Amino acid sequence: MNTAIKLLSALVEWIDARFPLLKLWNEHLAKYYAPKNFNFWYFFGSLALVVLVIQIVTGIWLTMNYKPSAEHAFASVEYIMRDVEWGWWIRYMHSTGASAFFIVIYLHMFRALLYGSYKKPRELLWVTGMFIYLTLMAEAFFGYLLPWGQMSYWGAQVIISLFGAIPVIGEPLALWIRGDFVVSDVTLNRFFALHVIAMPLVLLGLVFVHIIALHEVGSNNPDGVEIKKYKDANGIPLDGIPFHPYYTVKDIVGVTVFLIFFSLVVFYAPEMGGYFLEHANFIPADPLKTPEHIAPVWYFTPFYAILRAVPSQFGGVVAMGLATMLFFFLPWLDRSPVKSIRYRGWKYKAALTAFVISFLALGWLGLQAATPLYTWLARFFAVVYFAFFLLMPFYTSTDNDKPVPDRVRYP
Amino acid sequence: MMMRIFTVCVFMILAPISFAASGDLPGYHIKVDTSDTKSLQRGARIFVNYCMGCHSAAYMRYNRLGKDLGITDEVLKSNFMFGTDKIGDTMSIAMKSADAINFFGVAPPDLSVIARSRGADWLYAYFMTFYSDPSRPFGVNNLQFKDVAMPHVLWELQGTYKPAYKTVTHKDGTEIEVIDGLEQVSPGKLTPEEYKSTIYDLINFLVYLSEPAKFQRQNIGIWVIIYLLAFLVLAYLLKKEYWKDIH
Repeated sequence: MNTAIKLLSALVEWIDARFPLLKLWNEHLAKYYAPKNFNFWYFFGSLALVVLVIQIVTGIWLTMNYKPSAEHAFASVEYIMRDVEWGWWIRYMHSTGASAFFIVIYLHMFRALLYGSYKKPRELLWVTGMFIYLTLMAEAFFGYLLPWGQMSYWGAQVIISLFGAIPVIGEPLALWIRGDFVVSDVTLNRFFALHVIAMPLVLLGLVFVHIIALHEVGSNNPDGVEIKKYKDANGIPLDGIPFHPYYTVKDIVGVTVFLIFFSLVVFYAPEMGGYFLEHANFIPADPLKTPEHIAPVWYFTPFYAILRAVPSQFGGVVAMGLATMLFFFLPWLDRSPVKSIRYRGWKYKAALTAFVISFLALGWLGLQAATPLYTWLARFFAVVYFAFFLLMPFYTSTDNDKPVPDRVRYP
Repeated sequence: MMMRIFTVCVFMILAPISFAASGDLPGYHIKVDTSDTKSLQRGARIFVNYCMGCHSAAYMRYNRLGKDLGITDEVLKSNFMFGTDKIGDTMSIAMKSADAINFFGVAPPDLSVIARSRGADWLYAYFMTFYSDPSRPFGVNNLQFKDVAMPHVLWELQGTYKPAYKTVTHKDGTEIEVIDGLEQVSPGKLTPEEYKSTIYDLINFLVYLSEPAKFQRQNIGIWVIIYLLAFLVLAYLLKKEYWKDIH
């Protein structure tokens, strides 16, 4: 036993002389001090990493049997579902993982809105996170074409044709993206390349940058106070605890709870009533037959509802682009001296509530076929959505914020 | 038993958020049970005898069918396989799609995953609502699928039906006749009750066919979740042990 430990520490020493193993371990885990008052909302960062790993691993195994061609794509997915050992499990983990990714990321972003995590000095952390979100949307969009069902096909057709609404360069741009006059085998092939190589590489790079940025500035917390202000004689924040082991053991609990819910869906409701796997996507893509009702998957529908709410197509595209891009400017739109919602005044609380309601309402409306009533509702909620961002400098600078304590409150 | 209670619980949690495929006729609901092997066997026989003349199930293999439904290779070969003699072949058909378009105006779709795109209720309404309509090429129309290109293949079993009309007055005073249910013209080989149960077997089979792994995933899922719950207890105790010195 003793010899084994001696050998092991000798090995670590050998590596450490050539690679900063202990340094990395300490900087990012054992001596990375995180605030001790993290609550429920702080599980979603590590959960996003877990889902990313699930998607990459299941994706690799799907790629082993999937065929990216218009002729064979649909059949190869059914081959995975029936003839590949555990193929159905791998595929359902991947399809459920896609939706789970967005649920986790939306909750992760909502946490930032609750506790002002995007505010100085974490602006770049927020901006890199937004790039991750955009890349994730692209990754999901490219991946959704691959099963080559009716909804895959016509969803891609609609989204790509949106680029055609841009003046002058629109049509050539849409043609360049598709590589054909309609979505075809060519499109499927390039979307496959983008989905399995390009986007995952970008995603991994951005996640790396995101974590480095986080560990440089340190984590925010539900009280929105900087724990680095009060340090002990050794320079360790008084309200900080080493990420490892405290948050690793805590996150294991979070991951297990997540996996229970994840498994409930994978094993008992993989279609999730048509929200995670749409019914129409079990019909092979048919370029000659447009489905009566084309709706994107649920995680895109808030933006889709905004797109449809604007009468001109180009205006809709601009509004939809703006709806995603405005998140980037949050650190500079928010003029409040206070980070956490715990010490904000009524105006921000009201604005955030209205924003969440309008985001969910737009998400629901985006799933429905457009009727005049729904279009007007979408317009109303789109105005609320934009007002949250555009009026933010005014309502945050005049809010009746409360005094913020010096130290975090725990428990 | 535990497995069944568990499934029911999960279903009760998830049921309110699920919705049926759009455009189902009201009043046609069917609850399938893909664990009823006898019913699946009967459904498979109807499928190969009546549907597979024109429709393939090209993603399904005969030997998978045999394994899941408890049908021996000999019985499969003598009673189920008409187009091939290889037990590992998929359930494809000889009719070419170009010919089919000539015959019917449209190629009969592959039925491997039809229950997942249409839903069981839609299929039930479809099989129950064929009626005579001399204006159609095959003399029948369908309430669920208007102007369907398919002939009523099961008419010998069900008999023939004609629509019963009622007059509806619009707000602007115009009167139009709308179909208000179907009535039997001539009886088939089966009584209406027997026909219903035949359709039940067929839909049960189509639901199985659309996802043969369903039973497998439901059986394994419970153990995965039991494991995770047990692990959760340990993980929670570990967390509590570490965190007791944080004040």
